[in-house]
Amino acid sequence: MKIPYPVLLKRTEDSPKWLPVVTSVGAVLLAFIISGVILAVTGADPFKVYSYLFKASFGSWGAFSDVVVKATPLLLIGLGCSLAFRMRLWNIGAEGQFFVGAFMASAVVMVPLVNLDTTPRWAIISLMAALGMLGGSLYAFIAGFLKAKLNINEIIITLMLNYIAVLWNNYWIFGKWSESGFQMTKTFPKSAWLPRLADYAKQVPAFSGMTLHLGILFGLIAAVIVYLIIYRSKWGYKITLIGDNPRAARYAGINITANTILVFMVSGALAGLAGMTEVSGVVHRLQERISTSYGFSGVIVAWLAKLNPFAVIVVSILFGALLVASREIQPSGISFLIQGITLFLVISSDVFLKYEIKWVRPAQETAQ
Amino acid sequence: MNWIEIFRSGISTGTVLLIAAIGEILTERAGIQNLGVEGMMLVGAMAGFKVAFSTGNVWLGLLAAIAAGGLLSLAHALVTIHFQADQTVSGLSLTFLGTGLALVLGDGLTGQTGPVIPRASIPLLSQIPYLGQIAFADHNLLVYFGYLLLPIVTYFINKTRPGLHLRAVGENPAAADTLGVNIYRTRYLYTFIGGCFAGLAGAAISVAIAPGWYSNLTVNGQGWIAVALVIFAHWNPWRAALGGYLFGILRRFTLDLQGPRILFGLANPFFYNTNLVFFLQMTPYILTIIALIWGSSAARKKRIGAPAALGTPYQRGERGL
Repeated sequence: MKIPYPVLLKRTEDSPKWLPVVTSVGAVLLAFIISGVILAVTGADPFKVYSYLFKASFGSWGAFSDVVVKATPLLLIGLGCSLAFRMRLWNIGAEGQFFVGAFMASAVVMVPLVNLDTTPRWAIISLMAALGMLGGSLYAFIAGFLKAKLNINEIIITLMLNYIAVLWNNYWIFGKWSESGFQMTKTFPKSAWLPRLADYAKQVPAFSGMTLHLGILFGLIAAVIVYLIIYRSKWGYKITLIGDNPRAARYAGINITANTILVFMVSGALAGLAGMTEVSGVVHRLQERISTSYGFSGVIVAWLAKLNPFAVIVVSILFGALLVASREIQPSGISFLIQGITLFLVISSDVFLKYEIKWVRPAQETAQ
Repeated sequence: MNWIEIFRSGISTGTVLLIAAIGEILTERAGIQNLGVEGMMLVGAMAGFKVAFSTGNVWLGLLAAIAAGGLLSLAHALVTIHFQADQTVSGLSLTFLGTGLALVLGDGLTGQTGPVIPRASIPLLSQIPYLGQIAFADHNLLVYFGYLLLPIVTYFINKTRPGLHLRAVGENPAAADTLGVNIYRTRYLYTFIGGCFAGLAGAAISVAIAPGWYSNLTVNGQGWIAVALVIFAHWNPWRAALGGYLFGILRRFTLDLQGPRILFGLANPFFYNTNLVFFLQMTPYILTIIALIWGSSAARKKRIGAPAALGTPYQRGERGL
């Protein structure tokens, strides 16, 4: 048996600028087509599912507001992943860092760390955000430290930490913080809620019922900051250099150990902030299911956006739509399926960016 | 506490990790890292249970699981070998794809019961006091398959010609290529075989050890533990087996800790405060981290490393490093 290999790949440095956009969009479209075929095989009508998907996410301003709410944690996590992936650090632990961030933010209310009645709202929210970021970054520090000092595979460490973080949260919501035996804390007082559009329905009637909260602003600011770090700062240059060519970076005198830990912590802080916005802006309590695999979807968002912070904004909104719609679609695995196929197609399409592809003709033809 | 039962159950649940880890060892020895074990196991568990349930034949179920895991792994092989994509990202997306496929195709299987792998005792060996009861009595047949697998795979890797080629492809593909070993074919083959083992490991859960389909909780992270086990085991099947069984034993031990009122002469905290159970449930994951730390320092002392070409794509005509 011989595997034919009639393609010659030639490394290329100068692929046209529009090509990444075309391949990404093509990959998403193709993913929908393939998923549609699988849906059809299982007996569902893909056109119905997709039109429902579109209506449920972009059909009205209210629906779109839900989409942005879902996109907020994806945006923050996707930004953190973009930064880490530039250094080829595979932080798959955003899920765990998200949960620890949510836990720390909840601690402000549940312990309580401040007097909730007298402290101004902005101070409570700032403290929650700060602790959320701290929690996420400290949790990511574990993986960063083990990677930097002992060269232990960070993927497995971060994954194991994910399971541990979920169980840690369970300990609190089933036990000490449980609301009369339910697996959740009491609802936070209004002073610990991130402001929502619906809060201003009296002034602007169109806002009534809109769940969009301030978290998206955190995400947009973070996108600008991450953009400045990556493209406009010396540190961002170092990160990219370490990722592309660690040997050259070492010769240039860049401290890889310190940067590994630091990038992990920044990435974890963003995931922790995502956890804070979710408890403070959406569910207003700590409970078991605060994440629908945001941590993992964030990985895909970052990759699909080619690690470009502004592209992360667009992609996370697209994936937010997928999450909103898939809440009601049966069977439940369909959003995982689409995400997995998309990622596969995106990484396959990278071959067009890195290589010039030439078809090698079989020897007989060239002889003629 | 019934120690014999703890060890027995440890060997039986450890078999799942053993099968998956051996598959991943074969794949990684060829220089391909496939992090999609969790996804392939889920697809295997779903396919195995679904086919066994609908045909009533558990062996057909196993075959389906092996085929499903193998087919899914080909996606990883294509993307990483031909398209030279990043193996980490590809492995992750394989996990997503596998989870999605298993959930979509496994829709409606929850709560059903199907046929299971028969149990058997080994004559004579099962008569040995303690050991016989623990290792050779009334286990499902896959446990014995695991025992057979170990010497066979070790012999294959270290003593046979194809095994030599396998190691060469993982350590120095450029040199293997000059000697006429087909790198692409070898890597495809062992990625596929690794997928088959992962599929089988998934089915070992759904039709033997914890029969049934419980959506993604069926596998619940064991695929990732298997990947960690490979690193801990330094790509050696015997160490992987040892680690797998130890994990199984500890998992059962922590479950049994919750039972008695009195533990080692003291009041059992896990009995009186059921919320502490969440800490017990953390142990397999914490142990995995500890095992990795331990494995990495041992590896540095003994200078054992991963296959040298692990994770790097091979392109004919480009100079290998």
